[in-house]
Amino acid sequence: MDKGDKLKKIRKLFFVFFRIGAFTFGGGLAMIPFIKREIVDSNHWIEEEEIVDIFAMVQSVPGVIAVNSAIFVGYRIAGIWGAVASAVGVVLPSFIVISAIALFFSSFKNIPVVARAFEGISAGVVALIITALFQLIKPSIKDDYGWTIAAVVFAIMSLTNISAIYVLLASAAAGIIISYMKKRKEA
Amino acid sequence: MYKLYVELLVTFFKIGLFTIGGGYAMIPLIQQEIVRHGWLTFKETIDVIAISEMTPGPFAINAATFVGVKTGGIPGATFATVGVVLPSFIIVTLVAKYSVRFKDQPLLQYALYGLRPAVIGLIASAAFLIARTTFFMTPNGSVCVFADIGNILKVVNWRAVLIFVVAIIASLKYKIHPILLIVLSGVLGVILYSV
Repeated sequence: MDKGDKLKKIRKLFFVFFRIGAFTFGGGLAMIPFIKREIVDSNHWIEEEEIVDIFAMVQSVPGVIAVNSAIFVGYRIAGIWGAVASAVGVVLPSFIVISAIALFFSSFKNIPVVARAFEGISAGVVALIITALFQLIKPSIKDDYGWTIAAVVFAIMSLTNISAIYVLLASAAAGIIISYMKKRKEA
Repeated sequence: MYKLYVELLVTFFKIGLFTIGGGYAMIPLIQQEIVRHGWLTFKETIDVIAISEMTPGPFAINAATFVGVKTGGIPGATFATVGVVLPSFIIVTLVAKYSVRFKDQPLLQYALYGLRPAVIGLIASAAFLIARTTFFMTPNGSVCVFADIGNILKVVNWRAVLIFVVAIIASLKYKIHPILLIVLSGVLGVILYSV
């Protein structure tokens, strides 16, 4: 691959992921079909079979799906600079929008109508989170161990100031220990 | 200023490193860190969640940009946003480079066996803590659980409860889109808090 060709690819990656970033409202799993269409169907950067593996991978490492997918695909197509271009591209739309909002939000919220709207939205946010919770229970909790971990995490996070980081580390350790115990029982 | 930039970078690097399960699961961690540093109040973090729902991009990244701008302007936003993305960048490029296959990593699968239910607990606590702040008109929504019912009823924000009931029915029963749900609860807020 000659230099001009690579540069062209890097530029293309930036614009494709900029577009993906601009349309990922709410983020998360909802955008998987959108990413797939751009990188498999339109640009043929990744094979159909490989994309399933990529989506499984981006969900099992830290980070958000859109950004992880961008970095992975960018690296595969054009190396480290491809990854940089894709990551910057996917983050830039929200960076611009949120920066603009943050600059004006305080004065915006001083308008009584806006303050009242946000009071209402706060209650709506609770409904949104509970909806997501119901949708995620089935794929996330498989047995009584799962229910126990979920309940303990809920209690610790709701009633104490213990950092979520320790809670996550302890949950990962619990997952490993329980899995080994189950394997020994089977053997 | 220099100290703030480093603090933003380090704090959001930490958040990025522990962003597992994406989306709502990371709300408690992000709130803990932002409030602990005094960058935003708990109530303001709820506004950021609402803004995130209506704009492109995931909450973790939007929170980084928002807090960065608030505390250190555009340079602050750049440090915070780079911080939150950097862990993914390092890990994912390593995975891509060495073609690590996740199906063949039993230890990671075992860890995820514990982390997936933990995500449920985290999301439930996010809902609980935000509900507490929203439904009770006391500072930070702190209500003594053992106070008598009469006292609790006095501090309940009935408007918020009403909006929540409408929103949860619209969401669970009629499956309306999250953006529409935000608009609906905003409109209800304007109407109910004006009377």
